[in-house]
Amino acid sequence: MPESDEDPAAEDADPGQYHLRLYVAGQTTKSLLAMANLRRVCEEHLAGRYDIEVIDLLKDPKLAAGDQILAIPTLVRRLPPPLKRIIGDLSDTEKVLVGLDIRPKAS
Amino acid sequence: MTAETTITESLAKVPTGIAGFDAVTLGGLPAGRPTLLCGGAGCGKTLFAATFLVNGATRYDEPGVFMSFEERAKDLATNVASLGYDLQDLVGRRKLAIDFVRVERSEIEESGEYDLEGLFVRLGHAVDVVGAKRVVLDTIETLFAGLSDAAVLRAEIRRLFAWIRERGLTAVITGERGEGQLTRQGLEEYVSDCVVLLDNRVEDQITTRRLRVVKYRGSAHGTNEYPFLIDHRGISVLPVTSAALDYDVSNDIVSTGIGGLDAMLGPGGFFRGSSILVSGVAGTGKTTVCSYMVDAACRRGERAMSFVFEESGAQICRNMTSVGLDLQRHVDGGLLRFEAARPTLFGLEMHLARMHRDIEEFQPNLVVIDPVSALHGPRTELQGTLLRMVDMLKSRGITALFTSLRNEAARDQTADLGLSSLMDSWVKLLDVEASGERTRTLYMIKSRGMSHSNQMREFRITAGGIEVVEAYVGPGGVLTGTARVIQEAHERAVALRRRQDGERRRRELVRQRGAIERQIAELRASLDAAEDEESLLFAEDDTREAELERERLVVSARRGAAE
Repeated sequence: MPESDEDPAAEDADPGQYHLRLYVAGQTTKSLLAMANLRRVCEEHLAGRYDIEVIDLLKDPKLAAGDQILAIPTLVRRLPPPLKRIIGDLSDTEKVLVGLDIRPKAS
Repeated sequence: MTAETTITESLAKVPTGIAGFDAVTLGGLPAGRPTLLCGGAGCGKTLFAATFLVNGATRYDEPGVFMSFEERAKDLATNVASLGYDLQDLVGRRKLAIDFVRVERSEIEESGEYDLEGLFVRLGHAVDVVGAKRVVLDTIETLFAGLSDAAVLRAEIRRLFAWIRERGLTAVITGERGEGQLTRQGLEEYVSDCVVLLDNRVEDQITTRRLRVVKYRGSAHGTNEYPFLIDHRGISVLPVTSAALDYDVSNDIVSTGIGGLDAMLGPGGFFRGSSILVSGVAGTGKTTVCSYMVDAACRRGERAMSFVFEESGAQICRNMTSVGLDLQRHVDGGLLRFEAARPTLFGLEMHLARMHRDIEEFQPNLVVIDPVSALHGPRTELQGTLLRMVDMLKSRGITALFTSLRNEAARDQTADLGLSSLMDSWVKLLDVEASGERTRTLYMIKSRGMSHSNQMREFRITAGGIEVVEAYVGPGGVLTGTARVIQEAHERAVALRRRQDGERRRRELVRQRGAIERQIAELRASLDAAEDEESLLFAEDDTREAELERERLVVSARRGAAE
């Protein structure tokens, strides 16, 4: 669904629903920070067309190999393809947007 | 801290199962600690590490985790299949877990702080799944290429090694050789317990793999560079000679299988476990002499192993049938094994390592190296290699038979590889060329600890075997072959003539003596006759004197009456 406040070119390139997965290991500072940062970025740029799945590897360690998780926290863009990975606490919003391939709103 | 770390403190070791390596390190890798395995590309780091895991899983009941940063599980399985390892099977039996960690810089965007907890989780999970005691990280330095924050990586790697120690895992961490240091990222700073360096050097176009234990905290270890071998039978390291000359000696005598040669040796053969050098130029019959000794050993039910560098085993078997030897039946019977290889195939060390492994495997009583002079290499290395070869054989009580082509300067110390002093016995085969004929002779230059003939003997290689005959040694010099036969015939003729002459002279003397005796008899007869005559004359004279006296008395009487 195109957002009304985005320009038409971006709407064309917009692939639709974002399916994001955030891997963390326990409730560490970095994990909590990453979660907060991710929610903020998504609300700002992808409001209404994203879903976030948080996976705690301490509870589910076998999932780590599947998505080639190495660093914690890692954000994986499952959809739209291609698969993208961003590591770190997502404090650098610019890089998160580049990593997720989201164009910032024209301001 | 678990019970395992307590054992670690008393320096328990974990065998790698790699032949020779456990000997060099006096037991294996430090248990419950990480070991750094470094070396350049193509040194065999991954294979070494895989062997460590596979042996752990199959022989020591210690499952393992292979965490690969370079190869996919499938590629890894294919690569180590060349060593005869079936990783898929081990994975299926939950003896091994393989985790491929893909680090691709282009796929990763960094935003903010992170750590490598994910790696810990994966490793920890894999360890828990198979109950691993052994871990391989191959090659963790790849992380530096994929992630940009080196400071975080270093801290995390340090934490990882600490975690490995804490879990009591025996780990092998591989690292690429770097400039001026053991690894590119200086991993040796973090892994301080045991560092093993692999090396692959090319000299004279021949590659030799070498291994060195750079450090081993809290343990003695061999400090030399040891050659090692990777082939379809896995990895084997050759523990270079224990310098001690303390091997057991045997008083057993082994026959050479050549009657004439045995007869030249005081006890009727060589000592078991001695080193015998058979030297001679091409075509003097070195291989044939050796084959006889091999045959003799196999006939006694002993095992013999022949390392041949110039012919194939099958060729030797075929050739020896021409001198009445059937070696093939010993091969078929499992008592004889040929290991043929071109000398240039490996470097010296590799040859030695290969022999070492084959000998361990076959456990022969007699080893033939034919010819030892085919081995090429730098002088010092060659001597060292031969020394170790001799030591290795002696320490096992194996009778060793070396052949050498270098004959011309045999006594010249600079040209004989220093072999002469290493050998207990030295049989020299010599070609004697005279009167358009070449004959084979042999003599013993030395044979330690026994009396031996100093004579040169001629030997003939016939369809019936080797026949040793005494050479002609006389005023005409040493003669062999046809010349010997002619000389012997000539001597026989001379002797006959001498005998006939003697008899003739004796007969003459007898005749002369008879003549003289006859003369003596005649003279004696004349003497007797003269004596008879003489006594007759004396008797007549006496009678006449008496008659005259009587007549004078008568006359005087008559005269007196008349007066």
